[in-house]
Amino acid sequence: MTEILGEILQVGFFAAILRIATPLILATIGEMFTERGGVLNLGIEGIMLLGSMAGFSAAYFSGSLWLGILAAMAVGALAALLMGFLTVTLGLSQHVSGIGTTLLCTGLAFFLYRLIFGQPSVPPNVEAFQAVPLPLVSKIPVLGPMLFNHFALVYLALLLVPAAAFVLYHTPWGLSLRAVGENPRAADGAGVSVAKMRYQALVLSGMLMGAAGAYLSMAQFNAFTFGVISGRGWVCIALVVFGQWSPWKCLAGALLFGFVDALQLRLQASGVIDIPYQFFLMLPFVLTIVAMGAVSRSATPPAALLVPFRKEER
Amino acid sequence: MTSARTPLLCMRGMSKSFGAVRANQDVDLVLYAGDVLGLLGENGAGKTTLMNMLFGTYAPDSGAIEIEGRPVTISSSADALALGVGMVHQHFHLVPRLTVLDNLMIGRPGNRGRLDRSGARQKLEEIGDRFGLRLDPDEPVSALAIGEQQRLEIVKALFRDARMLILDEPTAVLTPQEADFLFDALRAMAGDGLGIIFISHKLYEVKAITNRAMIMRRGKVTATVDDIGSVSERELGELMCGHEIVPPQKAPSEPGKVLLRLKEVTTAPGAEASGGAPLREVSLEVRAGEVLGIAGVSGNGQLEVAELIAGVRRQTAGELNVTGEIVIYPSPRAIQDLRVGRIPEDRLGTGLISSLPMADSMILPRVHAAPFSRYGVLDRARIQDFVEGQVERFDIKCAAIDVRTGTLSGGNLQKVLLARELAFDPLVVLAAQPTRGLDVGAAQFVHERFLEVRAAGGAILLISEDLEELFLLSDRIAVMYEGRVMDTLAIEEATVRRVGMLMAGASSEDAA
Amino acid sequence: MIRLRLETRSHTPGWLKLVLPLLAILATLLICAGLVAMAGADVLAAYSKLLLSAVSSRFNFVETLVKAAPIAFTGLAVAVAFRAKFWNIGAEGQLLAGAMAAAFIGGRAALPGWSLVPLMLLCGMAAGAAWALLPALLKTRYRVDDVVTTLLLNFIMFYLMMALVDGPWKDPLSGYPDSPDIRVAAEFPILLGGTRLHLGVLLAFVAAPLVWFLMRRTTLGFNIRAVGENATAARYAGIRIPVVITGTAALSGALAGLAGVGEVGGIHFQVMAGLSPGYGYTGIVIATLALLNPLGVLPAAFFFAVIITGAESMSRATGVPVFLADVFQGVALISMLIAILFTQYRVRVQR
Repeated sequence: MTEILGEILQVGFFAAILRIATPLILATIGEMFTERGGVLNLGIEGIMLLGSMAGFSAAYFSGSLWLGILAAMAVGALAALLMGFLTVTLGLSQHVSGIGTTLLCTGLAFFLYRLIFGQPSVPPNVEAFQAVPLPLVSKIPVLGPMLFNHFALVYLALLLVPAAAFVLYHTPWGLSLRAVGENPRAADGAGVSVAKMRYQALVLSGMLMGAAGAYLSMAQFNAFTFGVISGRGWVCIALVVFGQWSPWKCLAGALLFGFVDALQLRLQASGVIDIPYQFFLMLPFVLTIVAMGAVSRSATPPAALLVPFRKEER
Repeated sequence: MTSARTPLLCMRGMSKSFGAVRANQDVDLVLYAGDVLGLLGENGAGKTTLMNMLFGTYAPDSGAIEIEGRPVTISSSADALALGVGMVHQHFHLVPRLTVLDNLMIGRPGNRGRLDRSGARQKLEEIGDRFGLRLDPDEPVSALAIGEQQRLEIVKALFRDARMLILDEPTAVLTPQEADFLFDALRAMAGDGLGIIFISHKLYEVKAITNRAMIMRRGKVTATVDDIGSVSERELGELMCGHEIVPPQKAPSEPGKVLLRLKEVTTAPGAEASGGAPLREVSLEVRAGEVLGIAGVSGNGQLEVAELIAGVRRQTAGELNVTGEIVIYPSPRAIQDLRVGRIPEDRLGTGLISSLPMADSMILPRVHAAPFSRYGVLDRARIQDFVEGQVERFDIKCAAIDVRTGTLSGGNLQKVLLARELAFDPLVVLAAQPTRGLDVGAAQFVHERFLEVRAAGGAILLISEDLEELFLLSDRIAVMYEGRVMDTLAIEEATVRRVGMLMAGASSEDAA
Repeated sequence: MIRLRLETRSHTPGWLKLVLPLLAILATLLICAGLVAMAGADVLAAYSKLLLSAVSSRFNFVETLVKAAPIAFTGLAVAVAFRAKFWNIGAEGQLLAGAMAAAFIGGRAALPGWSLVPLMLLCGMAAGAAWALLPALLKTRYRVDDVVTTLLLNFIMFYLMMALVDGPWKDPLSGYPDSPDIRVAAEFPILLGGTRLHLGVLLAFVAAPLVWFLMRRTTLGFNIRAVGENATAARYAGIRIPVVITGTAALSGALAGLAGVGEVGGIHFQVMAGLSPGYGYTGIVIATLALLNPLGVLPAAFFFAVIITGAESMSRATGVPVFLADVFQGVALISMLIAILFTQYRVRVQR
């Protein structure tokens, strides 16, 4: 037991939580926005993967990591537009459309990666993002290395949360989005274009999901692999439920998941507990399901989630 | 004289079709500032379609709209709002989880990118002062009573500086007293120079509040009345229906033994966020050969009574007795097996399945048993026989028995439900809002079927928000308020005023 | 101004249900042709490999049938579940559960040889059903979204299987994380000498009409539809929703489990990491293409078996990445989803 505690109570461990949570924060906040507007974006897993691949490729050839992030966001936005066409314009089942988007994006990511890079014996890699210690505050003992010595994207993800909360609760756009997700007919009656809001939220979510994927192949790791996402997108869907569609609670959920994931990595590496490592890999998924079971009964999703809106329907 | 002024609104030659249905044909409408224009017509006459074109919800097939003499194109509600057109829909367009204030601000520009909550608060106050329409800005809409929600809808229009206001059947959800309050507010607004279009099929209301009226039938304007004082209610009614109205004949009641009894039934609060009231010691009795009407403003426990008797809600205390059997754990099957026919309020939501064939919708509650299935295998031939028989008996208009249920008209949907629920000679019939949204012919058909059941010795529990319907069919009327039965009146002693006061929560002594 | 308007159909003509999947496939072929061209290959040459190599020889044809069996089962599993709007994206995990049960039973030395195959089938179905009951229970009891749980359970089952074959269940004779081979008596009988056409393929052919009968001609099937189309109305009519959802999940999981049993009993004789290259997800595409009709699942499964096997020979011959088959599945699903709109609506041109 003390050994386990020893593993946990290290500065590096807390830093790892933030590092692991960052892509989850980005994608979860993105998913929260679309769901607030009434669209469940199950394309998330595929969009993250495609973003990861596109970002990596762009960075590999341009030599600029930030260009890679931008490319990932652009590709994510495009995939989200497809999702919008299916669910908003055509009003198709959000469940099946999302699975279709994920299958398509996954296939494209694999196909294009093989097309671009072939099958080299040594997988291509990039010089990944380096930690940016913030001046002054990073020198604070303990807290400094824990919070203020991270990749730039980690800071951005953390800033995203208050920004999302502000946009959602204190701007006309956020109010319109919430109205669209709760009662699209009312929003429409108040002069808000339901389709426009949903498209905008989807594009925003696609960009964030793309960036989340790119983070994995360019910051957390330095190469793209087919298994780079391996279920993280689905976890984000669960985190939005766990976070009750609120930015701050979503952050809490992402951090909790980051904690569990960091913990299993530590324990796996330390060999303190001698069980097959696959059980450690499984742990975050099991806990996600348990957490869903704990909160789902009392969760109140946006009332119009999953419901297509057709203006002229009588 | 009004004709000298430029009209606030002028619609000319408006036409709109939905598939083969010509909802509006060449309709003209003129509205002046200070006008309260009654738009009168049966369900399906095209009133709502006309107003939806004005509000930008539907695109007209042809026609022109002028506002204050300027031709305009209205292709969205945003356009309509910008032109000063406000609309209060029959089904409120509110977001229950947001506060009153936030509901007002949806679709409004912010102040330097932020929501301007303090400005909105101030404006809400001003509107309250001016027209007597007061609301608590910080209350979530889900906590408002129906009357308050409607007030919020009107305030929403005024908040956006509407110069004309359309109200679609606004009194359907109000007590008679609340309706009077609404009329006062409307008069104040008209006095302030607003133009008001008041849509209704209730003649006495149109007489009471409007100064002009326009009557529509089957998508066309059939008459305009420039001075409402010059016509009688009866004349209006004939203009609306095209013929004299003959109410169905009701034989005197000969009540037999009690077939349905609720004794001090209490239910737990529902999970739903808005509306609804848990039942509190509700006692009711319906006898063979009688119609018991339940009156009440929407959300005062009527739905709960209906759900309890339908077997989809359970009591926490009290006793439910159906045809002499005490039902401890109501379930749809148990209730159905006691020969209760159930017509739910929401035809397509609760009763039928829109995307399944009509035949499937018609056998839905009985598919598990003979004659429709044996050993779990469907008997398609028997099902077809039954459905075809019922289609003929109830005169259901459909191309085939396997058309998608949802493509039938409202009247035919209700006939499918009747055909299903009255097929096996029910002893008790539970009907919730059975004629809501139906045209006069279909409503009359429904009423006749109920009276047949009554004549055959069945007991009918009729839940309705339409007082006319209740007074027409009921032998006794029970009035509900906040989950309680305030009083039960014999039809002879029931008056609109008395029922209205009970609906508003007055004690039976005060209402007497 | 010309506007396109969608108008509700009261009826879906039967021929449309045959034509729409074909149109969706045609659209998919056209869209994917762009990718083939991007890969620098001759589109016609690549497509003839993709579509025709599966039927170019008797051997290839039988191999395609063998490939079609597991995805026919997962397609049936999804078709049943989606009818009830039980979003079972977990056929992948249920397949693995069935495969593990089959491999475990098939390796038991204590059991008489004749009992092995029937027991493998039964236990495989039970294991698949059990793994599907978990999300059904979470949905009906705790209102947990079934999409997320079934997806996550796929990962959990995969890691569970890997933990076993990498640990206690590892074949001592193999250098890889594999389970030991099942007994010879547990291997599925071969229906056609010199090929791999095994019992599982036949079972898939039998299962489809049985499931069709269940869905169209029994009260259970009726109730599944009713719950899927309008749960509120179904409940009002006295159908017990949790029972129907649970039953649907069990049936769906059992069918997916059979896919795994067939792969173990007829092809691999063991479980290992590459047992299912996403057969569970392919099942979703197949079920959608079949308009959730169990009989339609068979041709749809055969078609995707053609694509999956054809993609490999196309890749060898032309250098187009084999992952074209994955893109193909995604595009086909989306195209079909759009095509389904026309079963409910017709397009009217308005002036």
